[in-house]
Amino acid sequence: MSFLLNCPICGTREVTDFAFGGEIVVRPQSRPGERELNAYNYFRANTDGVQREWWWHRAGCRTWFQAERNTSTNEVLWTAVPEITDATQAPVSPVAEARAAGGEELR
Amino acid sequence: MSRLDPQPAERIDRSKKLKFKFDGKTVSGFEGDTIASALYAQGQRIFSRSFKYHRPRGIVSASGWTANSLVQDGEWPGIRATTERAQEGTEIKHMNAWPSLNFDVMRASDIFGGPFMPAGFYYKTFIWPRSAWPLYEKVLRNAAGLGVLKKSQAHREWRTDYRRRHCDVLVIGGGIAGLSAAIAAAREGADVVLVDEDIEPGGQLLWQGKHEQARALADEAKAAGVEIMSSAPALGYFDGMVPVWQGSTLHQIRAQRHVAATGSIEQPLVFPNNDLPGVMLSTGALKLAALYALKPGDDAVVATTGDRGLEAALALHAVGVNVVAVADLMVNRSNELTAAIESAGIQLLRGMTVVEATGNKHIKGCTLAEIDAKGVAKAGTEERFDCDLLVVSGGTVPASSLMLQAGAKAKFNSQTNCFLPEDPPPGIHPAGAVAGKEELDAAALSGTLAGARAAQECEFGDGSAASAAAAALDALPAPSPSAPSPAYQRTAGSKGKAFLDLDEDVTTKDMKYAIEEGYDSIELSKRYTTVTMGPSQGRVSQLPSVRMVAEQTGLSIDETGITTARPPWSSVPLGAWAGRPFTPAKRSAIHARQRELNAHVKWAGDWRRAYDYGDVRAEAAAVHNAVGMIDVSTLGKMIVGGPEAGQFLDRMYTNRLSDLKVGRIRYGVLGNDAGRITDDGTVCRVSEESFLVTTTSSGADAVERWFTWWLAAWEMDVHVTDVTQGLCAINVAGPKARDLLGKLTDAELSNEGFGYLDGHQIQIAGVQCLAMRIGFVGELGYEIHYPAACGQYLWDQILEAGAEYGIKPFGLEPQRILRLEKAHIIVGQDTDSESNAYESQMGWIVKLDKEEDFMGKWALERANERGMVNTLVGFKIDGDDVPIEGSAIVIDGQPAGRVTSARYSELLGQSIGLAWVPADHGQDGGSLQIKYGAKSQTATIVHGAFYDPDQERLRS
Repeated sequence: MSFLLNCPICGTREVTDFAFGGEIVVRPQSRPGERELNAYNYFRANTDGVQREWWWHRAGCRTWFQAERNTSTNEVLWTAVPEITDATQAPVSPVAEARAAGGEELR
Repeated sequence: MSRLDPQPAERIDRSKKLKFKFDGKTVSGFEGDTIASALYAQGQRIFSRSFKYHRPRGIVSASGWTANSLVQDGEWPGIRATTERAQEGTEIKHMNAWPSLNFDVMRASDIFGGPFMPAGFYYKTFIWPRSAWPLYEKVLRNAAGLGVLKKSQAHREWRTDYRRRHCDVLVIGGGIAGLSAAIAAAREGADVVLVDEDIEPGGQLLWQGKHEQARALADEAKAAGVEIMSSAPALGYFDGMVPVWQGSTLHQIRAQRHVAATGSIEQPLVFPNNDLPGVMLSTGALKLAALYALKPGDDAVVATTGDRGLEAALALHAVGVNVVAVADLMVNRSNELTAAIESAGIQLLRGMTVVEATGNKHIKGCTLAEIDAKGVAKAGTEERFDCDLLVVSGGTVPASSLMLQAGAKAKFNSQTNCFLPEDPPPGIHPAGAVAGKEELDAAALSGTLAGARAAQECEFGDGSAASAAAAALDALPAPSPSAPSPAYQRTAGSKGKAFLDLDEDVTTKDMKYAIEEGYDSIELSKRYTTVTMGPSQGRVSQLPSVRMVAEQTGLSIDETGITTARPPWSSVPLGAWAGRPFTPAKRSAIHARQRELNAHVKWAGDWRRAYDYGDVRAEAAAVHNAVGMIDVSTLGKMIVGGPEAGQFLDRMYTNRLSDLKVGRIRYGVLGNDAGRITDDGTVCRVSEESFLVTTTSSGADAVERWFTWWLAAWEMDVHVTDVTQGLCAINVAGPKARDLLGKLTDAELSNEGFGYLDGHQIQIAGVQCLAMRIGFVGELGYEIHYPAACGQYLWDQILEAGAEYGIKPFGLEPQRILRLEKAHIIVGQDTDSESNAYESQMGWIVKLDKEEDFMGKWALERANERGMVNTLVGFKIDGDDVPIEGSAIVIDGQPAGRVTSARYSELLGQSIGLAWVPADHGQDGGSLQIKYGAKSQTATIVHGAFYDPDQERLRS
């Protein structure tokens, strides 16, 4: 795996500067059923294609941000810090999007 | 001896002589010589003994395309003598021969073992009896030795570096196509890097009489702003990143667009004894003559399938080699070259080729003949020639490995008789010979086209340069054809070995047997015979082996297909990939002082830590009986602050922390939503909105990451500051700890004023500290956190003040005994990724009745309902026979659990430990069978602390 990522704070860096946080998963809002809890803890979509995911700029500003990346080509479509929700700036952070849709928190 | 008069393109500087040793004998050469060219000048013809049969081997390509030229340079094995520059004073040795290159006893395997050593011989033979394999292995490893590795390296004697380079266009290959591409792209304004494996750019131009053009192109490229890297092979293609090895630096070059101008590799012909020293590719003979002014031989025979061999014959004739005969497999070729050969008075044999070479340690002669479709000499056409040089040219194959790694597909092209890479992924532009444009004009134009296109895709230029080059390329005449050579050409009834792969000593017979045994696809036969798997990655063996498989299976060459060489495409030291370690060793600010006190220092994660000070038992005893001190600066330390800090910690820990009073401390366990324990530590409320959180020594980074991750998602009004390295921490513990600190501070230390689990900000010896009364080691103790800048000062003050009480600094090992006496767990040692708080006997710390949910709550609720499956219990054994950690707990003869920690406690006079056991076998007072090695012991289960279970000493 070798590609570049654009840290929203520091700018473009080699992917080896970052720690991968996995695909974005929805944390249940209230006590989940057994099946739902297991799905949340252990199951991932493992998308072959575009997915939203977390990244941590470990060797830099240590900020968590989100990215949309094509897992088969490693093309990064965008990166954004979750709280940056400027309406003019596409795309809107998935966290804000989910909040607007019903206040769900995202993991 | 073999040196010619000065040649126009020679790389040697005759005014500068140098000397080095080869197998103990002095060799003199000129600056600019390679190891091989200096040796060749002195008459050396055998450079190595082959891998399996120990046959003598000489120079083939003078380009490092075979393993023939591998030598040992001092402590470095596997050095390519034909490409490595000779250095004054070096000690070069041959690698795979004993006692000498000229006489190798293992040659017996060739002479006598020949028919009995087919592919798979070793696998089949030395498997019986199995127990004897270690013995066989030792002998065989030596027989197939490829040099001697130094067993150890002095500290930092040799290290490698990374360099990252981002550019618009990366051109791989510095031949005419690559240089043209780089110039075209740079002229359009792109930032261009060109990498080339040779000492200077120019590729084939350099030894084909066009060195002036090569040097002019290189100058032009430099003037256009191209960064040219020489002696810099590209090793592979990784998602657009190309690692390039140069000197001791791995350049990770990332470009928006790539031009693959990796050129082509000349192919040998396969015939009996085709491996004799003196059998050379035309590339090898020409390079020796043009670049190093060496006369490759006196009497030469040339066998070729295309123009390349004809050009070589003329060039060799021009430098004074007696060219005895030229055999061109093409029956009806008639062009400028054939005319020039005939007018030079050289015998040109059309439609003929070489069918056998003869000689023992060097070629003495060869047989030329017409051949049938199977490659067998037609009766009556055979002609014998004496020669000491046989130049062969079996066409070329594109050096397409990097493109294939990038995802291009190899398709057989019947026009060029080789596999061309097709459908490269977007962004990669092939140019020159690798794209089938072998002729100079075509190569130059295809380079210009590729360079201009690549630049245009990076938004430089208007595309007119590319269009012009494309039009000119289309207008060129078709290239001169090359005759397809058979898989294997030989005299009828020839017995000599014909080699498909010189590196691995794979013969035509090996391949035939492999296919007969059922390994009948190229992928299988490659792995079985190891053809193309040697150090040269199949550079001069891939096409011959494909032809052989095709002939034996009756499939076409296209249907047979080729295998892809894996990175690295050029051999590099393993250290090239390792690079410089970027995880530095961590040392606390008090580290130097501990070394002065004769601490045994060991690794603990990234930290260097005092393991003990020479007397583990005395150090532990000091804590129990008087006072001890340990540097715990390695603990992860974070300030979690902000208006919502308390709520945040409530969500992260299983217990409640928002109601913690200022100046009070609570122990906490961190878990994930699966309910598993991930870390633990203490939390001290320093002020209304500020908490000092400690983590395990190895968990600091992970916990910071974990906290900030949830904060990014929850967007709470909380900030996390890692102060691990900003603060030192010393744990002063023992019954005399209060008396000791009383000497250094005016602050209230009485049990009433500064009780257990209190955290007070006080001055100790003038240093502002956060002193926390906690008891990991089980005695009255103060964990003192203070600025790292005062690290040694406060350590010294405490040590001095403690002298009258018999203070001892103690290390990690005594601390492990002390904590085990209290049955305190170490996360990661006593727990793993499956452990939850209930099973770890810490159910008391899970507060399921908290208002808000917390990490792991839902999973822990279920674990609580379900009950325990396994449980972590303490055990004791009389005597000091300590079971090793990891020993099995055996129930009814079956392994049912394991020991996670075990130590001998001098204080208790017993061996104690912690172990995971099935929950229904974990009752207090029950017994356990522990098995380790051949030993079996009975232990008694103990719930709670072994020592001071009521915490009287801790709270005193």
